[in-house]
Amino acid sequence: MIALTPKRVASVLAALLLTLAGAALVGLTTGPSPLQSADVAAVFLGGERDGAAADIVLRVRLPRVVLAMLVGASLAVSGVLFQALLRNPLADPFVLGVSGGAALGGILMLSLGGALGFGYAAVPPAAFAGAVVTTLLLYAIAGVHGRVSATNLLLTGVVFNAFASAAIVFLASAAGLTKGAEIFMWLIGNLSANRMDVAVWVAFFLACGLACAIPMARGLNLLTLGEESAEQLGVDVERQKRILLVATSLMVGAAVSVAGLIGFVGLIIPHLLRLLLGPDHRLLVPAAALGGAAFLVVCDAVARTLLGGLELPVGAITAIAGGPLFLWLLRRHHQRAFAP
Amino acid sequence: MTGKAPQAPPSGARSGPQASGARKNGAALSFQGVGVRIGEREILRRVTLDLDRGELLALAGRNGAGKTTLLRVASRVLRPSAGATLVAGRPIESLSRRALAREIAVVPQDVHIPFPFRAGEIVLMGRSPHLGALGFESKADVALARDAMARVGIEALAERSVFELSGGERQLVLVARALAQAPRILLLDEPTAHLDLRHRLAVLDLVRDFARGERSALVVSHDLSLIARRSDRVALLGGGELIAAGAPREVLTPARLREAFDIDADVLIGPDGAPLVIPRDPRPR
Repeated sequence: MIALTPKRVASVLAALLLTLAGAALVGLTTGPSPLQSADVAAVFLGGERDGAAADIVLRVRLPRVVLAMLVGASLAVSGVLFQALLRNPLADPFVLGVSGGAALGGILMLSLGGALGFGYAAVPPAAFAGAVVTTLLLYAIAGVHGRVSATNLLLTGVVFNAFASAAIVFLASAAGLTKGAEIFMWLIGNLSANRMDVAVWVAFFLACGLACAIPMARGLNLLTLGEESAEQLGVDVERQKRILLVATSLMVGAAVSVAGLIGFVGLIIPHLLRLLLGPDHRLLVPAAALGGAAFLVVCDAVARTLLGGLELPVGAITAIAGGPLFLWLLRRHHQRAFAP
Repeated sequence: MTGKAPQAPPSGARSGPQASGARKNGAALSFQGVGVRIGEREILRRVTLDLDRGELLALAGRNGAGKTTLLRVASRVLRPSAGATLVAGRPIESLSRRALAREIAVVPQDVHIPFPFRAGEIVLMGRSPHLGALGFESKADVALARDAMARVGIEALAERSVFELSGGERQLVLVARALAQAPRILLLDEPTAHLDLRHRLAVLDLVRDFARGERSALVVSHDLSLIARRSDRVALLGGGELIAAGAPREVLTPARLREAFDIDADVLIGPDGAPLVIPRDPRPR
């Protein structure tokens, strides 16, 4: 029997850091003006600060890569935490409608806030509020006698997503052409880093989320056995749930408010890492942060280059990869649930 | 060892004079006038029962009699609406969750585990209440977990994913986890429900070996003949109330069984002197 050791955690995280560095290199060299790894190395290692290459790397691509890392990490960690708290490997902020709730909150503020005297700065908090409210609703509706059933959860998420999209379409249509286009652009989101002020908040909430989740990681393992079993093993389940649900909602709200709706990162990365590393949350939570960061940087590089000069929303790339995976997982989940 | 009369003392009363006189060490776990009401339904009513140190106490009764509810009260995942629960003489609320988890381990009926943990990892989870905040298990913890698996006879399952285990194997893993927790009190909720005949005896013998000296066990079971052979006392619950508690031969009588299970049963004395309960066919011939 092999127990998880700090040494194993350190070596896995080191390997993932290398992966992330590789992904960052891909992100920095990819784009309309082709750069070589050597150019990037000259900027970072050689201290080159002048010239076109340095300009592109430092002003255009680096902020974008950093933002992709922060958003990818937030979404992947949120996925792990939702899956553990709801005891369901299919939980994902996008599938559950939490991202949709955040988007609805942000767009409500974007379209109506002006009339109430709120500026653009009020949009991210509104997105956080949307995420928190959606999470609480999910918990209240999908939970029966303390156990959240997978079917209820997914159905609630589907219905809530439909509701949120309809409300968003309504708001965007009612807002008129110019405002509607602004809303639409916000919703699609992009990682082009013109919103570094909000990115600071993404970093802040990611740091808070990790600071809450990593010390509770063993408690999350115990939660796998059910809430009562976790309590009987010494976990203060209610406290842990409250803290982590809020932390998760804030991470999702921040990610959505800066980058729009990016789906399935919270599903793909935790699942992949569980296959590679096992389900222990002491390893899974930090690994998801690094893995999610690397994944979204690469997806963004693909989104920027797939159609030549035309840039795709990165959410389209993650959804094209994640949708089929989700269906495959759902099928496997059912086979297991109904296995003789 | 004390058989309690069916008539419970009023809630809040300390253990009666007749109880303290007969008891050697004092109770490991003591329910005093425990009542549980959920909405309109009264699930337990004035249950007063002691689990003595070193004792194996079996809890039996028909489905819905409140057996699992009593175990939930004993592990403080359910707060009773009346009465008190004492752990080694102290009110259960005075212990932190972690402290309580070092005193009491629970083997649940069955659990659904949504992630592919290996059986060995599940057993190691039993060490949690003994670990620090960041909590990596030491070599000693691994040795304790391995020892617990050896006692249950499932060393070979250590590296297997819980998804690949049968219901019975999963139950044995949960028993090993509870042993790895190194508690003073074991609460087991139908630990033998999914087990074959050999493993039923093996698990109950493990519990029997556990419940000696300072350590005690409370086991819910429907296998009356089996618990009659291994337990020190049997408590019968019916309709949320304690019907009887005492030595197996005193409690497992046709009259009491009729009261608890609403059945006619023959009670024979087996070759080892323990009662054998044989329900009669209720269909008219």
